[in-house]
Amino acid sequence: MHRKHLLTSVQMAHFVANGSFRMDAVVPAEMNAQAIEVLDQGIPAVPYGTPLAQTFPDGSFVQKLVQLPEVAGAIHSLVGPDPTVDHHAVHIRKANEGEAQNLHADAIIDVREDAFDVQLMYYPQEVTLEMGGTLSVPGSHLRRTNESDTGRYQNLRGQTRLTCPAGTVVFLHHGIWHGGRRNDSGIDRYMFKIRFNPTVRQVRLWNTDDLYDPAVAEELGTYFPWYENATGRLELYNRVKLWQALTGDDTFDPEYWVTRVTNQPRRVVAQRSLNPHAAKEMA
Amino acid sequence: MSLTAPLETQQGVQIRQQVLVLYLASSALDARVIGWSTYDGTGATTPTTGDSDVPPYETGLDALKDGWRLFQAAQLLPPQPGHEYDTSFLKHEFFFEKLVQR
Repeated sequence: MHRKHLLTSVQMAHFVANGSFRMDAVVPAEMNAQAIEVLDQGIPAVPYGTPLAQTFPDGSFVQKLVQLPEVAGAIHSLVGPDPTVDHHAVHIRKANEGEAQNLHADAIIDVREDAFDVQLMYYPQEVTLEMGGTLSVPGSHLRRTNESDTGRYQNLRGQTRLTCPAGTVVFLHHGIWHGGRRNDSGIDRYMFKIRFNPTVRQVRLWNTDDLYDPAVAEELGTYFPWYENATGRLELYNRVKLWQALTGDDTFDPEYWVTRVTNQPRRVVAQRSLNPHAAKEMA
Repeated sequence: MSLTAPLETQQGVQIRQQVLVLYLASSALDARVIGWSTYDGTGATTPTTGDSDVPPYETGLDALKDGWRLFQAAQLLPPQPGHEYDTSFLKHEFFFEKLVQR
């Protein structure tokens, strides 16, 4: 894979801040035209943890999808070479389907601090607001909540109600709050997802030429409209910790959030003899 | 007494509860709304996940001004030792109700 297809540091920082990265219309129209029929036929399941290279037959539709240079570059940048496929699934939300999914994170609560899975979501059709594209909450991926315990939250300020052109691929951090919205249109909506597990340490797997571009810190400093005033600061703290893990650079801390609260000086400069409360010499 | 008995006035008018949940940017009731959910006991509407990008009120206080009655506010709980930097559920949750005729 040519490095020009890897994500940049600014794009990775965007993923770390948002918990998602979208690539609009990255899949060619001729593949999108075949996709509905392929997805209707179903994609054969594989055991959890099957190496990506062994999951989809050579020449198959999904093999072509994950080998598109931009898609392969993003997978490599996020989870590295030779990831395994956790699972994959075709999701169809029927026309005029009456219900939305609750806001949830997939699987179970996941507290890893320096590793993450990603989910590829492929939308073969244009998705309109009425079709109930996936709802996701930018910047929610580092919150420690379990599956649908967030189901009480219907709407958050600044949420993303996905609308996109045909052939769009979105990568989501495993922890992001999301849900399929109610399809109020007359069109069945298709989405195909693959969850990838890394098999290597996720350190500097992308194109790091721009690692010290000021735009990296700008991305990592993004506040989202739904953040509470106080907890929003903790989000930045946790984001900086994740970026430090991904870059192997624990000096990165543009707003001093981590450094300030971990500063515990040990050097003592006040002599005991100058302490007025110290015991006097015994008579 | 039946557990399923409807709220009824002496005139036989059925009253139902509408519930509004607002999530605010701080523990102050006049803070900015950052999230919202609604549940309609009349069954006349079916609010659901991801159905609006625009909050119904700018602040919790604005809901009071519009006639909603606050009946529960989230407690302020200190973080568990060792978990001071963890983020989880929204902290500032306020439940309001309106009683309306069905």
